[in-house]
Amino acid sequence: MSLPYHLRIQKRTEEVPRWLPLATSVGAIILAFLISALILLLIGGDPIRTFGYFFNAAFGSWGALSDVVVKATPLLLIGLGCGLAFRMRLWNIGAEGQFYIGAFFASLVPLVPLVDMETTPKFVILLMMALLGMLGGGLYGFIPGYLKAKFNVSEIISTLMLNYVAVFFNNYWIYSEFSDAGFQMTPVFAKSAWLPRLADYAQEVRAFSGITLHLGVVFGLIAAFIIWIIMSRSRWGYEINLIGDNPQAARYAGINITRNVILVFMLSGALAGLAGMSEVSGVVHRLQERISTNYGFSGVIVAWLAKLNPFATILVSFLFGALIVAGREIQPSGLYFFIQGTILFLVISSDVLLRYKIELVRTAPEEAK
Amino acid sequence: MSLEIILRSGLSTGTILLFAAIGEILTELAGIQNLGVEGMMLLGAMAAFKTALATGSPWLGLLAGIAAGGLLSLAHALVTIHFQADQVVSGLSLTFLGTGLALVLGEGLTGQNAPLISNATIPLLSKIPWLGRIFFADLNILVYIGYLLIPISWWYINKTRPGMHLRAVGEKPAAADSLGINVYGVRYLYTFVGGCLAGLAGAAISIAISPGWYSNLTTSGQGWIAVALVIFAQWNPLRAALGGYLFGMLRRFMLDLQGPMLLFGLRNPFFYNHNLVFFLQMMPFVLTIIALVWGSASARRLRIGAPAALGIPYVRGERG
Repeated sequence: MSLPYHLRIQKRTEEVPRWLPLATSVGAIILAFLISALILLLIGGDPIRTFGYFFNAAFGSWGALSDVVVKATPLLLIGLGCGLAFRMRLWNIGAEGQFYIGAFFASLVPLVPLVDMETTPKFVILLMMALLGMLGGGLYGFIPGYLKAKFNVSEIISTLMLNYVAVFFNNYWIYSEFSDAGFQMTPVFAKSAWLPRLADYAQEVRAFSGITLHLGVVFGLIAAFIIWIIMSRSRWGYEINLIGDNPQAARYAGINITRNVILVFMLSGALAGLAGMSEVSGVVHRLQERISTNYGFSGVIVAWLAKLNPFATILVSFLFGALIVAGREIQPSGLYFFIQGTILFLVISSDVLLRYKIELVRTAPEEAK
Repeated sequence: MSLEIILRSGLSTGTILLFAAIGEILTELAGIQNLGVEGMMLLGAMAAFKTALATGSPWLGLLAGIAAGGLLSLAHALVTIHFQADQVVSGLSLTFLGTGLALVLGEGLTGQNAPLISNATIPLLSKIPWLGRIFFADLNILVYIGYLLIPISWWYINKTRPGMHLRAVGEKPAAADSLGINVYGVRYLYTFVGGCLAGLAGAAISIAISPGWYSNLTTSGQGWIAVALVIFAQWNPLRAALGGYLFGMLRRFMLDLQGPMLLFGLRNPFFYNHNLVFFLQMMPFVLTIIALVWGSASARRLRIGAPAALGIPYVRGERG
C-alpha cells in the first residue's frame, strides 16, 4: 500500500487539552443521535419528525421539563452511588435491586404502618422513610460487598443475580401481604407519606398547577454535594481514590481494603435505596411492580458518562431523564435503549482520543515504496 | 412431577446456557470479558425468528441468529481491543445496544408463528434402556448439537495447537506475541466466535426450545446466568455443560414443585399459597450466588481461575 497520507497514532506525552474530554463526550452524544437517525431511516421511519417530537416531549413545556427532572432524580442518586463504587473499581450493577429493596423498606412505614399516619408530623414520617430506604439499600449492598471482600466473588455477577432476587421479593409482598384487594400493587400511601410536590402549592402559585416536581431532587443535589466533599476533601475519599488507583500501594499504606470495599458498597446501595424511597414516596405513592424503568442500568451509564464526577453526574442524569421522558413517547420503544447503548459505546471509544494523538501525516517518499 | 420430565427439560433449556457459556469461555480464554451476552442472545433470537419467518426456513434463521450475535460482538472487539476501552463498561453497553436493536427490529414479531427446528430421535442410541429414552429420544436437534459441542470444545481448547495459542494469548499476551502469535487477531477471532455462540443460544430459544418472540422477555436474563456459569465452570466447557444442564433441571423442578397437593407427605405450601412461588423463582439466582461462593473458594484452593490477562488490554510494546 502506498497512500500519500497515513494515520500516525502516538501515545500522548503532553497534558490533555482541558476542552478535549468535554468535546469528545458531546461529540459522542451527537454522533449517537445521528446513528440512531440512520437506523430509523433504514427501518422506514422519519428521523427528523421523531427527534423533533423527542425534543418537544422532553423540553416543550414546564410540565415536560418537570417530568424530566423527576425522571433524572433516581438516576442522579443511583449514578452517584455507582460512581463512588467505580472509583474503587467496584462494579455495582445491582442498583436496580438496591432500589427495589430501598423502596420496600421505605414503604413499610405507611403500609404496616410503623407509626400513626394521622398524628405523626409529616417530616418525621418522611425522615423515617428516607432512613429506612437507605438502610434497606445499604443492607442489600452489603451482600455483594461482603462476598467480594471475603470470598472474592465477582460483584458483577452477584449484584446482577441479586437484582432478580429483589424483584421477586418485592413481587411477593405486593401480591400477598400488602396487596390492595388482590391487585398487584399496595394501597395508596396516606398523604403524610408523600414527598411534597410543587403541584401541592398550586393554590398559592397558579403556575405550579400540575407540576409533579417533588422534593426528591433536593436529596439528589445534597447527595452530590456530600459525595463531592467525601471524595475531594476527606481522608476516607483519599483512601477510596488510592485503593482505586493502586490497591498494592494502599495495602502497604495500611489501608483496610476489606472494610472499605464493604463500606463503599453499602453507601452505594444506600443511595440507590434512597432513590427507591424518593420514587415511591414522590411519584408512585404506592409499592407496585416495575417501579423502576431500568434506572439501575441507566445509572451505571450516567456514572460512567459523568467520568465519576458528582457535578457532571447532575448534568448527565438530566440528559438521561430527558431521554426517558421522550423515549416513552416515541415508537419503536427499543430506540431508547439503542441510543443509550450507542452513546456509551461512542464515549468509551472516544476515550482513546484522550490517551493517543491521531494525526494524518504525509508519507515520506522512501517509506512509500 | 417425574424425574424423567425434569431431566429432559433440563437438557433442553440447559442447551441454551451451554451454547452461551462455551462461547463466553472461548472469549474469556483469549483475555476478553464480554458481558454483552444477554444483548447478543436477544439480537440472535430476534434475527433467527425474523429470518425464519421471512424465508420459511428455520435453518436460515439459525444462521442469521449466529451471524447477528457475531456481528454485534465485533463492536465489543473493536472498542476493547483497538481502543483499549474498559471491558466491563463496553460489555454493558453492548447489552443495551443489542437489546435496543432487537426491540427496534423485532417490532410486530410477537404472536407470529415461525417455522421451527424440529425434534429428532437418534436411531441406535435411543434404544438403550431408560437412558436412551431420556437423552436421545424426541429432543430438539440443537440439544444433540450441544452434546457434540462439549467434547469438541474441550478437545479444541486443551489438545490442539490453535487452542494452545488461544490460552497463551489469555495468559501472557506479550509472550504469545514474541512467539509470533497475532494477539489482536486471536482476540478478535474468539470474541467473534463467542458472539456467534451467544447468537446461536438466542436462536435456540426463539426457533427451537421455547419458541416465539416475547421482546426482552425472550431471554429473560439467561445471558447473565451464562456469564455466571463461566466463573462457576472455571473456564472448563465440561463443567459449564454440567452447570447448564443442572440449572435447567433446577428451574423445571422449581416449576413442578407447585403442582402436587402433598410434598414428601406434607401439605405443599406452594400449592396452598401460590404467592410463595416468588421465593421459588428466586432460588436459581440465589443458588448461582452460592455456587459462585463455593466455586471461588475451591478455585483458590486448587489455584485455578481466570486467565491471567482477562480484562487487560494488550498494547504492543508496553510492559505486559
